Amino acid sequence: MIPTSSPPDAIDATTVKTGGSLRHTASWLRVKEAIIRWLLFGCALISVITTASIIFVLLYEAVLPFPGHKPFFAEVSLWDFLTETRWTPQFADKHFGIMPLLCDTLLVTGISGIVGLPIGLMSAVYLSEYASPLRRNILKPILELLAGIPTVVYGYFGLNVITPFVLRPILQSGLGLDVQIFNALSGGIVVGLMILPLVTSLSEDVLRAVPKSLREAGYALGATKFDVSAKIVVPSALSGILASFLLALSRAIGETMAVTIACGQRPILTLNPLVQIQTMTSYVVNVMKGDTPAGTIEYNSLYAVALVLFLITLSMNIVSQFILRRYREVYH
Amino acid sequence: MTNSMQAATGSLVPQITVSAAGSAHKEPGRIKFETRNMGFFYGVHQALTDINLKIPERSVTAFIGPSGCGKSTYLRSLNRMNDIIEGTRVIGDVLLDGENIYDSDVDVVALRKRVGMVFQKSTPFPKSIYDNIAFGPRIAGRTNKEELDSLVERCLKQAALWNEVKDRLRDSAMALSGGQQQRLCIARALATNPEVLLMDEPASALDPASTARIEDLVFELKQNYTIVIVTHNMQQAARVSEITAFFCLGQLVEVGRTKQMFTNPTQKQTEDYITGRFG
Repeated sequence: MIPTSSPPDAIDATTVKTGGSLRHTASWLRVKEAIIRWLLFGCALISVITTASIIFVLLYEAVLPFPGHKPFFAEVSLWDFLTETRWTPQFADKHFGIMPLLCDTLLVTGISGIVGLPIGLMSAVYLSEYASPLRRNILKPILELLAGIPTVVYGYFGLNVITPFVLRPILQSGLGLDVQIFNALSGGIVVGLMILPLVTSLSEDVLRAVPKSLREAGYALGATKFDVSAKIVVPSALSGILASFLLALSRAIGETMAVTIACGQRPILTLNPLVQIQTMTSYVVNVMKGDTPAGTIEYNSLYAVALVLFLITLSMNIVSQFILRRYREVYH
Repeated sequence: MTNSMQAATGSLVPQITVSAAGSAHKEPGRIKFETRNMGFFYGVHQALTDINLKIPERSVTAFIGPSGCGKSTYLRSLNRMNDIIEGTRVIGDVLLDGENIYDSDVDVVALRKRVGMVFQKSTPFPKSIYDNIAFGPRIAGRTNKEELDSLVERCLKQAALWNEVKDRLRDSAMALSGGQQQRLCIARALATNPEVLLMDEPASALDPASTARIEDLVFELKQNYTIVIVTHNMQQAARVSEITAFFCLGQLVEVGRTKQMFTNPTQKQTEDYITGRFG
């Protein structure tokens, strides 16, 4: 709302001389307000334009048949893309089946989920229900520090620490399994560690939002601290916890640098976590850093892969938003 | 523990509307709770000073007094709910059946199963009606389905809620009305088979019709349970209780038969409060 007159306390016989000066101020105010409003709107618009541009570029390179431009799906049929079991764009015998990349991506994401989600949730329960304020104030910033470590560091941590000093001693020397130097498990573990702070932070917020009165009601029924945490607080915050899980998993799917370093560059259709694989994000990096000429089908294939990646993470974000809104318990 | 009591409550008629006012008060029985020289601290602030009070078994004892007088704090110290609050401390003795509940070897979880509580704000868990009632028994390890079914039915009948919810026990308890939610909380508290029921202004957030139902319920429940109720509403204290205790500024000013307290209080302060001159 634009003020058309000054507030009542300014209307004072000694300070206000004429009505004209008041109107002058008001019109200048109006201009200033309008400038501010458009400025702020412009800032908000930037993210919208960015998103729209990215979607357009992805669609342009992958799908839209403009004159003089051959999108990816003009050369590879959608059917082959979805059903072929080999992904060999750089070979002479080219195959563009997304399945190996998708499978490898889901393998790494699954491992990261197994590592990150339970530990993240349990850390959140500890911070929200068990930790004294002092411990929480020390632990939470440390945990959030994890989120500040560059992902490339995680990648080398997986490659140079997890694989040689954790996986190989246990799985290779101990159990006699063959652990390749690049493997899905080390990448999955470090991505799990990466999403840990995200899960913990988001889950802790929703756990703490559960009203104190529900906890008291539980205690009054003879519940132990564990009963209250596991059977009242966590179920009451379930929708928020699920949403945080989905957000974390969509982050894991999109994770690039760590998996490129730790998991390797060979797309194969496998569920064996101990061999070299290649995720969708790794493939995109691989094409970009290589000398693949723009406009070739290999080059365009990265947009098709990116489009699939985008659709997966977008749908996961939408589902998590939906869960949050639909299943949120409203406490008054 | 109380098998005979359980059998007796099982046969209760679900809804009896008897007005408590004017009915003959039976002689209060054995002492259930007793506090001697009891004091309570929030950190360095002393919220209760030198409380000496006896609460008789199978009767209704009401606590009245102005806001912040310590009546809720006192109530919550009877099942050690204040333990949850950091930095609180109790001095003196709080005896349940002659046993000090603040002794170091007392199991708080076991204590709270014997001394249930209903809060001012209804606190249904975001679970089904059935799972709300079954919560207490389940955490105590009672998982037999038939046993739970009959327990849920009995508790809901005791809380005069059965007829309204018997066809939708699997629905979320959050969908019930405010008055129904509060009766659900009472039923939930009864499901752990307590001996004492502490009620912290259980009707203050309810409409008059729901309040009347809660009061009828209290009147009904006192035959089998020791009930301690905090209330802001003087008429409510007069209607439902045998004993009334008047708290002011962290002290117990006066305690006596409700009838006598409301007709002929011995303390000037009590009289002023009851007649509405302050508070």
